[in-house]
Amino acid sequence: MRIELEKRPKVSVLFSIFSPFIALILTLIAGAIMFAMLGKDPGYALYSFFIEPLMEVWSLHELAIKAGPLILIAVGLSVCYRSNNWNIGAEGQFIMGAIAGSIIPVVFYEWQSPLVLPLMLVMGMLGGALFAGIPAFLKAHMNTNEILTSLMLVYVAQLFLDWLVRGPWRNPGGMNFPETRTFGAEAILPEMLASGRAHWGFAFAIIAAILVWLMMRFTLKGFEITVLGQSERAGRFAGFSSRKMIWFSMLLSGALAGLAGISEVSGAIQQLRPVISPGYGFTAIIVAFLGRLNPLGIVASGLVLALTYLGGEAAQLSLGVSDKVTRVFQGLLLFFVLSCDTLLHFKIRMVWADLNDTVKDTH
Amino acid sequence: MAGEQETVDGSLLAVDKLTKVFGTFAACDHIDLAIRTGEIHALLGENGAGKSTLVKMLFGVLAPTSGRILWQGQPVRIASPNAARKLGIGMVFQHFSLFEALTVAENIALSMDPGVSLAKISDEAASLSRSYGLPLDPKAHVADLSVGERQRIEIVRALLQNPQLIILDEPTSVLTPQEADRLFETLAKLKSEGRSVLYISHRLEEVQRICDRATVLRHGKVTGACDPRQETPASLARMMVGSDVAHVSAEGTGVRGDVLLEARNLSAAARTPFAVSLKHVCLKVRGGEVLAIAGVAGNGQSELFDALSGEYPVADASAIQLRQKPVGTLGINARRLIGSGFVPEERHGHAAVSALPLSDNLVLARSESDRKAFIGGGRLGIIRQDAVKRATKRICEVMDVRKSGEDPAAGSLSGGNLQKFIVGRELDRQPSVLVVNQPTWGVDAGAASRIRQALVDLAKSGSAVLVISQDLDEIFEVATEIAVINEGRLSDAYPAKELSREKIGLLMGGMHVGKQAESLDAH
Amino acid sequence: MGIVEAILLTVITAATPLVIAALGELVTERSGVLNLGVEGMMIMGAACAFVATQLTGSPYIGILAGILSGALFSLLFGFLTLTLVANQVATGLALTILGLGVSGMIGEAYVGQSGEKLPQIVFPLLSDIPWLGPLLFKQDMIFYLSIALVIGVNWFLFKTRKGLMLRSVGDSHSSAHALGINVIRTRYLAVMFGGACAGLAGAQLSLVYTPQWVENMSAGRGWIALALVVFASWRPWRVVVGGYLFGAVSISQLHAQAFGIGIPSQFLSALPYLATVAVLIIISHNRRTTLINTPASLGKSFVPDR
Repeated sequence: MRIELEKRPKVSVLFSIFSPFIALILTLIAGAIMFAMLGKDPGYALYSFFIEPLMEVWSLHELAIKAGPLILIAVGLSVCYRSNNWNIGAEGQFIMGAIAGSIIPVVFYEWQSPLVLPLMLVMGMLGGALFAGIPAFLKAHMNTNEILTSLMLVYVAQLFLDWLVRGPWRNPGGMNFPETRTFGAEAILPEMLASGRAHWGFAFAIIAAILVWLMMRFTLKGFEITVLGQSERAGRFAGFSSRKMIWFSMLLSGALAGLAGISEVSGAIQQLRPVISPGYGFTAIIVAFLGRLNPLGIVASGLVLALTYLGGEAAQLSLGVSDKVTRVFQGLLLFFVLSCDTLLHFKIRMVWADLNDTVKDTH
Repeated sequence: MAGEQETVDGSLLAVDKLTKVFGTFAACDHIDLAIRTGEIHALLGENGAGKSTLVKMLFGVLAPTSGRILWQGQPVRIASPNAARKLGIGMVFQHFSLFEALTVAENIALSMDPGVSLAKISDEAASLSRSYGLPLDPKAHVADLSVGERQRIEIVRALLQNPQLIILDEPTSVLTPQEADRLFETLAKLKSEGRSVLYISHRLEEVQRICDRATVLRHGKVTGACDPRQETPASLARMMVGSDVAHVSAEGTGVRGDVLLEARNLSAAARTPFAVSLKHVCLKVRGGEVLAIAGVAGNGQSELFDALSGEYPVADASAIQLRQKPVGTLGINARRLIGSGFVPEERHGHAAVSALPLSDNLVLARSESDRKAFIGGGRLGIIRQDAVKRATKRICEVMDVRKSGEDPAAGSLSGGNLQKFIVGRELDRQPSVLVVNQPTWGVDAGAASRIRQALVDLAKSGSAVLVISQDLDEIFEVATEIAVINEGRLSDAYPAKELSREKIGLLMGGMHVGKQAESLDAH
Repeated sequence: MGIVEAILLTVITAATPLVIAALGELVTERSGVLNLGVEGMMIMGAACAFVATQLTGSPYIGILAGILSGALFSLLFGFLTLTLVANQVATGLALTILGLGVSGMIGEAYVGQSGEKLPQIVFPLLSDIPWLGPLLFKQDMIFYLSIALVIGVNWFLFKTRKGLMLRSVGDSHSSAHALGINVIRTRYLAVMFGGACAGLAGAQLSLVYTPQWVENMSAGRGWIALALVVFASWRPWRVVVGGYLFGAVSISQLHAQAFGIGIPSQFLSALPYLATVAVLIIISHNRRTTLINTPASLGKSFVPDR
């Protein structure tokens, strides 16, 4: 058997809407098989993974807490990927944003002012943007591959955070635990609703998604991003600078990742610890692709991926399966999303017997 | 059926109702063709007529949808290029199937039987290339070779198989007239050895000169089989195009105005290892003139275009003057604002983004120059879709762009229609200077004549037009002045009426000093 | 054995997985495919090799399991990027994410178990040569394999016809297709070779370097291997040089930590990653040489028209 692709004359509108759903369904099927192999009842397992977390108000709040950073980061990444800049170091930018934003509540903890929180958020964005500026500079001016540099810097950021919380920033009154002092009340991102824990980080995410969507849809800047991503040469013909676009997209995504970082720390954790992210920066890559690099799609896909985190935690308790299942689900989902995207541009045909395999030389 | 038997007998290769369907589009539709032993057979047709699809089936690159191929009277299935080579078919591709990073010998080895050592291949290739007058250095890297030398590799590679049929796909489109003459000698030698040649071209005088018989294709169907020597260029063209092609009328050009575009000692270093550097290029185009720059591909045409358009500005501001303003250091949009327009060679991914609709592709070229019309919202820069759509519609009507739907993706248009849109996009602004690179490359005859007429008309209205082209027919149709580019150097410009094809050929071959060319011309 | 020899031995141990994984990726990239999933294939190899060794008691079966798991895993990448022409960058990332998850599940029950270290194979006489003997002839099988791979890959790419075909596919897939070379099949094989090598490199980590299973134990080595290929400008011998340089950097930071030279350990641990960035900058800032060396169709999808 062989699979042949036939290019569609134009991109299929039908599949551009349905392909993420097909990918989701395939992931669920693969997940059911996986659970069956682990000896769990697939129906119950999927229920406790994907439905149960949606049944209670508090867990909906948890969903928003997890979806917030995913959406914020993924919206930034979508601009990068659309313009063909492969920033995969959002995890590092998230961490550096969290660190930069925490300078005030950790170092200048005595300063109490309504300005603290806004300043923290701005510094978080700056921290993320500056850290993303390193691979941006290296790509724009030194011709260095941004995939590898941005990724390497994730490890550097993680180690830097580790050093801070075990060294200079360790809470003096914290019994030698590797963590900073907890933030003062003025440094904490408040809850959005009285009904639960979800903080304003989720609102930031929605606002960012809408703004970026408007930019992509209506403005010349969005057009520039699309053109440079499709063809650098056509962009040059239009008078757009791919170098400036590297800076723009990397700084924007870095700033959003940084904002996600400081929001997470200020809203959910309220101190710095050696590990502050369950891999949001990497999961956001999946979010971006599942949302078809469309900011509004990303809101939906961010919620789905947030659900896999919650479901993983829930399944750990109710089924006794490993929390690694979450990562597996996420990886599978990205695989299926990428496979289904083929349907947009190609018709897929199965060729069962290869007629042209043999050379029939009649001599 | 008797007629079919007749053609099949005595034929080296016969094709019987061969059909290739891509999706719903029949690229080749019941093609019949017979090539006799020891003849040079022409396959004529416009771009998109199905010539390349047909030869790809003969060479085993594509599998036919239906129909038969007969080799010496026997039906065969050619499943791969290897199978074709085993039968005795050799192929010289139009877009060379060569590997830049490999040496000449390695390139040749890839199409030879496995088991033959590289050293042996080098020796054989060297001796064969000498005997056919096609000198080659087996150790050279392809990246360093000229287009003509690259074609030699293709030919030697095909000949090493000792083929009975050699297929050449548009072999002269990249050669100087002199190089083409040398190729024709090689073909004559092959014919005298009893080999057959399938010669694919859209150049009629060539076909009349060297071919014994011709088959003409149009829209995937055979529209005629003839002896080209019995035909006139006009009758052949009619078979190819299906109707008479409008003649480009150059009357009224040549009324000289001010110098609107000038290059003064323009030099630019090569940006990549495979590019050409520009060396002291001087040119002047006055209003009302069409200056055509002839030359073999890869001699600095695209580099010249990049420098003139400002896609890659140069260090010296005064090296390029637009309407007497020094613009060498300015970017493309600043130059557009001074009143110039640009049409690059490559349609997909340079002049247009295939995946985007035509309206977006209009914004692509005119977001700055027509900012007032197309962009609103101040600093926000919101694209005025309605204004853009109206302008798109206007351009499509003026240039007769045929498309499916209101605003289809650029990639869905045929080459000719997209090119009409791309040229129309610039003409719509009435630029005082227009720089065009290969305006009708891969474009059907109808669209080509439409585009050429538009260029001439623009010059008539007082603008300066610079046309970079490899197509000498095109150059003689539109040019008032002609210069030739060779290895990044530009010759003096000559009035078009004073220049013969032969002299252009000499200039293409590197006689870049005018006097030398004249002295050779005198012999 | 002196202290210098001991250090050199650890350098070799640290360098071997980098060299093996980078060689595999080099072959993949020479065929025109950019597989960013090295990290994922490597960690799969590490997990499968360790688990297979624990189950069977034979580290050699472990090695086989590592190789097979890497190759099978890369097949997934091949199916997506070659058959379904999915984006190579995104698919490579997916492979890494999936690999980290699946390997975590496979190895979960084995966390904390001490494993079987791959035994040394001692060449008689040769191993008695002072200095060189213990370094080169008293090693484990994977080290010998890595040397064989360097020689073999170099020979294959530049001395054999198949190697020439592989390079031609990486240079111009459309030309190769027109000449009748099976582009997709060649790329599948190259991708699987890369996967097998990454799996073997992973097996080295969990059978030789630290004979146990720790989650995420590849710790970015797959990515460093990718950088090494760029550093080596797609030439096998330079991979060896680069691999050993990186091995030296990572070992020296460990020794520096052990000596306690007053620099925080985190800063020293960051050294290999920073070194990778530095090396990438040095290698790639010259656009011309990068352009000459990079396989021309690297990362581009190929759909034959039929």
